[in-house]
Order: sequence, then structure tokens, then C-alpha cells
Amino acid sequence: MKQRIHPLLIAFAVLVFFFLLGPLVIILGSAVSDTNYLTFPPQGLTLRWFTNIFEISAFVRTMKTSFLLAVGGTALSMAIGIPAAYALARFRFQLPAFLGNIYVLPILIPEIVLGFSLMKTVAIGADVPIMLALLLGHALIVLPYCVRVVGASLNSFDFSIEEAAVSLGCPRWKAFFTVVLPNVRAGIIAGFILAFITSLNDVSVSIFLTGPGVSTLPIQLLAHMEQFFDPTIASVSVLLMGVTVAVMAIVERTLGLTFLTK
Amino acid sequence: MPRKLRPWLLSAPALLLVLLFLGLPVLSTLATTFGDPKGPLAQYATFFNSRFRMTVLWRTMEVALITTAVSVVVGFITAWVVAQAPARMKSLLIIAAVFPLLTGVVVRSFAWLVILGKNGILNDFLLWIGVISEPLSMLYTKGSVIVAMIYLFVPLMILTLVGVLEGIPQDLTDAAASLGAKPGAAFRQVVLPLAVPGLIVGSVLVFTGSFTSYATPQLLGGEGQMMMGTFLYQRAMVTFDWVGASTIAAVMVVVTLTTVLIMSKIARRVNPMAG
Repeated sequence: MKQRIHPLLIAFAVLVFFFLLGPLVIILGSAVSDTNYLTFPPQGLTLRWFTNIFEISAFVRTMKTSFLLAVGGTALSMAIGIPAAYALARFRFQLPAFLGNIYVLPILIPEIVLGFSLMKTVAIGADVPIMLALLLGHALIVLPYCVRVVGASLNSFDFSIEEAAVSLGCPRWKAFFTVVLPNVRAGIIAGFILAFITSLNDVSVSIFLTGPGVSTLPIQLLAHMEQFFDPTIASVSVLLMGVTVAVMAIVERTLGLTFLTK
Repeated sequence: MPRKLRPWLLSAPALLLVLLFLGLPVLSTLATTFGDPKGPLAQYATFFNSRFRMTVLWRTMEVALITTAVSVVVGFITAWVVAQAPARMKSLLIIAAVFPLLTGVVVRSFAWLVILGKNGILNDFLLWIGVISEPLSMLYTKGSVIVAMIYLFVPLMILTLVGVLEGIPQDLTDAAASLGAKPGAAFRQVVLPLAVPGLIVGSVLVFTGSFTSYATPQLLGGEGQMMMGTFLYQRAMVTFDWVGASTIAAVMVVVTLTTVLIMSKIARRVNPMAG
């Protein structure tokens, strides 16, 4: 659908993109400012705020936790989400239709309610160790991405290829790993990476499950912001934006970014 | 493995995760709210009779509604322009909308802390051009929360609507034009009705997202502009009033689920493609 558009509308859209990217540029600028306070445009250029991140042990520790949690939670979610998505696509008429809706409940239920409930019932009520509770919480909030994105790939997969392999004597489990999975690889990679970034940025579930012992990077950032207002926060933010760029590059390579507009 | 059971066995681990660690805990939270010795609805009576709690609820509604309304207008116009752009430009613009969307909530809210603060960039700029002589206090107001929320959700709206607008076949607008419709009329009578389901989906995402947000009102609203999310956290982790926190949680669940259900019903009814 192509039409000529009014120049005023174009000007408006330009302003909107300025509004969307400007604040991120400001963070970038204030992260390299050679001052002890946050300022923009930067005065002087320095990378010392980046090295400063690694001198604050809380940042280093929570960065590791966040990374482990994002990889572990997503891996767990994929390990159970891929079979579920496969079952939904392959046995569409043998499973009740509402099953697909159950997997998206983590998006439907407010995350902050989920976090509170997990803390109350699982972490404290059932005495589950905090790291395990966090892992389960993160696996839950990324499950919709795993099932949906992999499911989208599976829906366009021709299952007769799998049947052909089986009828030629290939065991079912082997056909799944050597025929089905390689064909939906793009969906798995894109789903993994979207789930990873969702978990890495999560606040609402983690905030209830972290404490003095275990914390994640976004929660540590929030706590740090309430006490200090130096460019270290900006430099951590820039690191996180770097992760976003990497994520976008991977999604672009696999499914293409236009996938996100569908 | 028996044939009949195979689909269920494959689905079981994911179902168990959702039912055990989402279904059970959330149901238990909801159940707590009916356990008051003074009667099953006593907690809700307290909630709806408390001036403070109602102020928080209405404030959250107001912020979420304003955020949704502004995001719809801004997102629609921008998506319209993006959808008409030449292919290369379009992918650049989509990248520019995806980037903030995939950047964390904390980072994006922090940016507004830097912009709107007392010694922030906006105050510096306004002082410099001489519009004001004293720095304004813009942080910790309803306005600062709303601006940051709009910032948070406009990319989501743009991406949802670009997909919808691109899906409208060129033939339809061409046909309208060849039948004599002026561009304005073709837009109102062909494009807009076809975009309504997408507008509804986008609005639901933005409304529920802003209604249940935590980090943004925490950073930019503070104690003075408490919203449902920050109120829930404060009740649960600062005053340790778990029953009160559960009641807040229940109200949030009811508001979001009713919004989703009603709006998806409407979306199905008004969809001209569903015929």
C-alpha cells in the first residue's frame, strides 16, 4: 500500500524518531563525559566510567547472575517449550485449542503479580532456594516467546518430510532431531535471543526474588540509582544497549527484523 | 510411547511449569484475599472504601489511559509514514523503533531521570535560552511518569501498526481511488476500518503494560505518585502486608483480564475481514 504522504506527517514522524532515539544518545554521551556527574553534551572524553563498572563488585556479581539466569532460564524454557510448540503444530487436531493460550498466560497475568505470588508461595511458602525460584520465574516469563516464535516456524514446516524419514526407517526421536529441528533453526535462534533479552531486562519478577545475597543487574541498577547519580549508571546502560545491538543483529540474520512487526 | 498420549507427553513439561509456578501461586494470591474473618469480601470493602487506595487506582487508570491515547495517535501517524517509506528507508526506521523496544525498562526510564532532573538537560537548556530563571521540578510528577511511559510504549505501537498497515492490500485503496474516492475518503472508509483491529491490539498491549508497570513509576514518580505496581511492591516488601498486597494484585488481575477480554471481543466484532 503506497500513497503520497503529506510533508507535515513526515515532519511529525521525524520528530517521533528524534524523541525515540534522543534519550538513548544522551545516555551514550553522558557515559563518556569526563565529569563526576551526569551531563550532556559530554565535557571531555573518557572511558573511565566503563572501567569503573568492573571496580564495583555488586555490578560484576549481578552481571554474572543476570547472564546465567538469562541463559539458564531461556534454555530451560526452550527445552520444554519446543516440544510443546511441536505438539501444538503437529497434533493440532488432537489437542484442545485452549492449550496454546495456557502458554501465553505469563504475558496475560501482570508480571508484578507473578513476581509477588512466586515470592509468597514458592520462595517462602515452599522454601525453594532463591536462585531456583528466580530461574523458574524467568523461564516462565520467556515461555510465551519460546512457544510462539518456534511455533511460527513449525507452522510453516511441512511435516510430510518428517513422515518420509520415519517411513524410511528413521526412529521418531532421531527424525525430530535430524529433520525437524534443523528446519526450524531460525525460529529457535530468534526465539532464544528475544527470550534472552527479555529475561536480562526483567524487573517486575526479579524485584521480589532478589535480596542482599542474590540480585540481578537491572535491580542493582535501580538500587544504585537511588543512592548515586554518577556516569557509571550511564556506562552500564551503554553496555546493555550493546547487548541489544547484538540481539538485533542476530534476529536480523535469522528471521529478519520485519518478523517483529508481524 | 502410546500414540494417543504422545501429544500430551510432549506438552506436559511446559503445562506443568505454567500450572505449578504460575497457576497455583497466582490462585493462592487471589484466594488469600477472600480469607478475611470479617467476611469474604472484607478486604475489597477496605480497598474500595479507602480514599488513598482509590487515589492510587484512579491515578494508575489515568496514566494508563493517557499513555494509551497518546501512543495510539503518535504510533498511528508514524506507522503510516513508515509503511509508505521506500524499502531501504523502511527497514532503517523499523530498526530505529526496535532498538528502544529491546532496550531495558530501567535504562529507558533512567534516560528521563537525566533529562527531567533538577540539574537535568531540559532545565539546563531552558535556563540557557532564558525561558526560565529557576530550574523547574519536573521529576516525581504525574507528567514525568506519563512522558516516560509514552516513551516506553510508542515503539510497541509503531511496530504493531506497521505490520497491520502493510497487510492492507494495495488493491483496496487502488479500487477506492478508481471508483472516485478522494485520498481522504479512501483513508477514512477503507484504511481506517481495516486498521481498527490492529489499533485495538496495540491499545490493549499499551494499556495493560502501563497499568501494571513498576520500574518507571518507581523511578520517575516516587512515593508521591504511587501507582498500582509500586503500591503492590510497597505493601508486600516494605510494610509486609501480604493480604493487602494480594488485594492490590487481585484488582490488577481483574482490570487487565477484563480489558483483554472485552477488547478482543470488540476487535473480533469490528474486523471487516472476518466477514
